[in-house]
Amino acid sequence: MKFIYQTWWKVIAVLLVLSTFYTGLVFKAPRLPIIHETIRNLYFHVPMWMGMLTVFVVSVYFSIKYLQTGKEEHDLAAVECVNTGLLFYTLGLLTGMLWAKYTWGEFWSGDPKQNSAAIAFLLYCAYLVLRNSIDEEQKRAKISAIYNIFAFPIMIVLIFVLPRMTDSLHPGSGGNPAFGKYDLDNGMKVAFYPAMLGWSFIALWIATIRYRIRLVENKKNAIN
Amino acid sequence: MKKLSLVLLLVLCCTAVFAQQGQQVEMADALRSSGKIYVVVATISIIFTGLAIFLFTIDRRLKKVENQK
Repeated sequence: MKFIYQTWWKVIAVLLVLSTFYTGLVFKAPRLPIIHETIRNLYFHVPMWMGMLTVFVVSVYFSIKYLQTGKEEHDLAAVECVNTGLLFYTLGLLTGMLWAKYTWGEFWSGDPKQNSAAIAFLLYCAYLVLRNSIDEEQKRAKISAIYNIFAFPIMIVLIFVLPRMTDSLHPGSGGNPAFGKYDLDNGMKVAFYPAMLGWSFIALWIATIRYRIRLVENKKNAIN
Repeated sequence: MKKLSLVLLLVLCCTAVFAQQGQQVEMADALRSSGKIYVVVATISIIFTGLAIFLFTIDRRLKKVENQK
């Protein structure tokens, strides 16, 4: 638990993301039709999903931990990770919609990737609704931990597996080459990998801050 | 009078349709210009705005905790 109180990794995260504003916007990118310069969204839209994934994985880890130990802190950590993950989820959806408007023609064209991302979003909203609907603390923690563990693999399948098996317009799906195979040349990796790593740690940072506030709130409520 | 206005309306419809020809169809030009780079700019703005709003909510929550003392 000491890790979340240290500063060095937060500085590294900020520096990594800062570097992508230069490398991502100035360095050369492949010239592709329709996509044009929006290929640079790879450094800003995709890392949102990476950040979301990171905090959701941590959330599942703490849900499992809670079921093992029954400590309340683990439950609080799981909730705050989901809260932070939903922020990055929303940002990923909105930036994706904007990109879709100028490449596919519509903000929302019912593409399999968009639809299943919306379903998975509701899946995680249901997690928060479920939590708020149970008053008894231990029961709430246990049920929501189990729900969280099941929601995670379903989210993974909905967002990262199913759209790839059908005809989705999204890069990396249904016969569309992912940037990784043909287009992600070494020049793009210079900006892409730092962006992924940096945003992951920033997501983690936000989650730890929310967790720490939650801990203080919890302690106060216990005294009163 | 009704007939006349109907005819006029139909004629105007025709001209409206003809007006489409010979023009560029692509719209929302501001964001499509310069190789669509402003889509990337808007993306970064959305991300920053989202983070800022989130920061404000965290700030308000922390204030509540501080004021309870």
